[in-house]
Amino acid sequence: MANYSTNEFKGGLKVLIDTEPCSILENEIVKPGKGQAFNRVKLRNLKNGRVWERTYKSGESVEVADVLEIDMEYLYSDGEFWHFMKTDDSYEQVAADANAITDAKNWLKEQDIYTVVLWNDAPISVTPPNFVELEVTETDPGLKGDTAQGGTKPATLSSGAVVKVPLFVNIGDVLKVDTRTGEYQNRANK
Amino acid sequence: MDNWKPTAQLESLQIRAELLIKIRQFFFERNVLEVETPLLARTTATDVHIQSLEVLSVDSVLDTKFYLQTSPEFAMKRMLSAGSGAIYQICKAFRQGEVSKIHNPEFTMLEWYQPGYSQSDLIDEVESLISAVLPIQAIPKLSYREVFQQQLGFDPHNISFKKLNSFAAEHIDVGAQQLSQTDLLQLLMDAIVVPHLPKNIFVYDFPVDQCALAAIKKDSDGQEVAKRFELFCSGMELANGYYELTDSNEQESRFEADKNKRQELGLPEYPLDSKLIAALDYGLPNCAGVALGVDRLCMLAAGYTEISKVISFTTDKT
Repeated sequence: MANYSTNEFKGGLKVLIDTEPCSILENEIVKPGKGQAFNRVKLRNLKNGRVWERTYKSGESVEVADVLEIDMEYLYSDGEFWHFMKTDDSYEQVAADANAITDAKNWLKEQDIYTVVLWNDAPISVTPPNFVELEVTETDPGLKGDTAQGGTKPATLSSGAVVKVPLFVNIGDVLKVDTRTGEYQNRANK
Repeated sequence: MDNWKPTAQLESLQIRAELLIKIRQFFFERNVLEVETPLLARTTATDVHIQSLEVLSVDSVLDTKFYLQTSPEFAMKRMLSAGSGAIYQICKAFRQGEVSKIHNPEFTMLEWYQPGYSQSDLIDEVESLISAVLPIQAIPKLSYREVFQQQLGFDPHNISFKKLNSFAAEHIDVGAQQLSQTDLLQLLMDAIVVPHLPKNIFVYDFPVDQCALAAIKKDSDGQEVAKRFELFCSGMELANGYYELTDSNEQESRFEADKNKRQELGLPEYPLDSKLIAALDYGLPNCAGVALGVDRLCMLAAGYTEISKVISFTTDKT
């Protein structure tokens, strides 16, 4: 079991805290003039995204976590799992469950590349790229003069996500969407 | 590749030079004598939280192990005992393993001692010095007890370990680590208390366990406290001062306690400074002394939050 000591702490290190895989975001040294040195560490839980701080006495050590962040291609979903494949020609696949896929499931498009975090080779989170292009599968025609909702209407995308779009958007249009906010950016029709 | 260049800009070095002139002027006007004491000594501070740099000399004249000083305190106290009167020194001090935005292993200390001063007299003098070199006028003064009571609602001198643990747990996550009473108070001071205090503040009368080389006396409420004060400026510890311990027996037993703690923790053992003990035996005049970080003072004068911006070549870049 490999360990990191506090004097090796730095941003990006993947560690096991209370049996959960975490990434060190920041490491601040606290050293009162006549006292014990401490490391104030900001951590992100890689399973649930929670960010918090823990203070360690200098000299303490934490376990290294076997965590990898890699790009993978989305293949398909069987309803229970979402399947991704490594992009390194190895054809290796992993299956992400509902806990890992969370919001990313709104932005999935076959053959698009997603960032998958693997812990002990199992996917624990999936992050879409900042922007995706998805086709509109359902939306009302958007009659002119219909300003009941301030000039926007809902549209369902091929991934199942529903976004607010301008009235001129039609079924079949490919839209660019910001996955972080769920907001329509522009039409991306070729 | 620019790694040969100084880590500080010329402008910072100019501000630094001006600061040194002002400091010397301050002491000149007050008749405090500037002294120089050795950077190399055969003994060193035994505080368990300070690790000294060792220097090996293998020539025929001085074949021994020396330590680079962590502060000029011991030599200056010997001078005081020999009748020097008020003295000050601006010198390099060295500490192993202290690297951070506000720490460099080699740093500049301003240390001075005033025979006949009480803790509060010296606090006033430190305030005068700060006013002379920075655009700061009056600095509030609160006791350690007051700041804890204000910010956290308990008396740090009289709280049970159990209660302190639960208070600390509300504010700081330390996982399953077992921390001492002193560790917890220091963490709370750093994480909660200081950030909510005025930008510049003196805190005085520390808990007995954090006394270092300060005398222990009863405060106005009959509570035993260490006559120690700290000056915080912009969240940084800038100065650490004491109404000095003059009792040689008490000093010797503190050194013994340090030695035992070092053994317990598997830390290197340092020889006891018997010459300091002898000087205290002879008679250290009642005095108050203070150590101030000149590099941090420069950071405040020049407006930087990183010590590398005010040191010509930081240790990691020499």
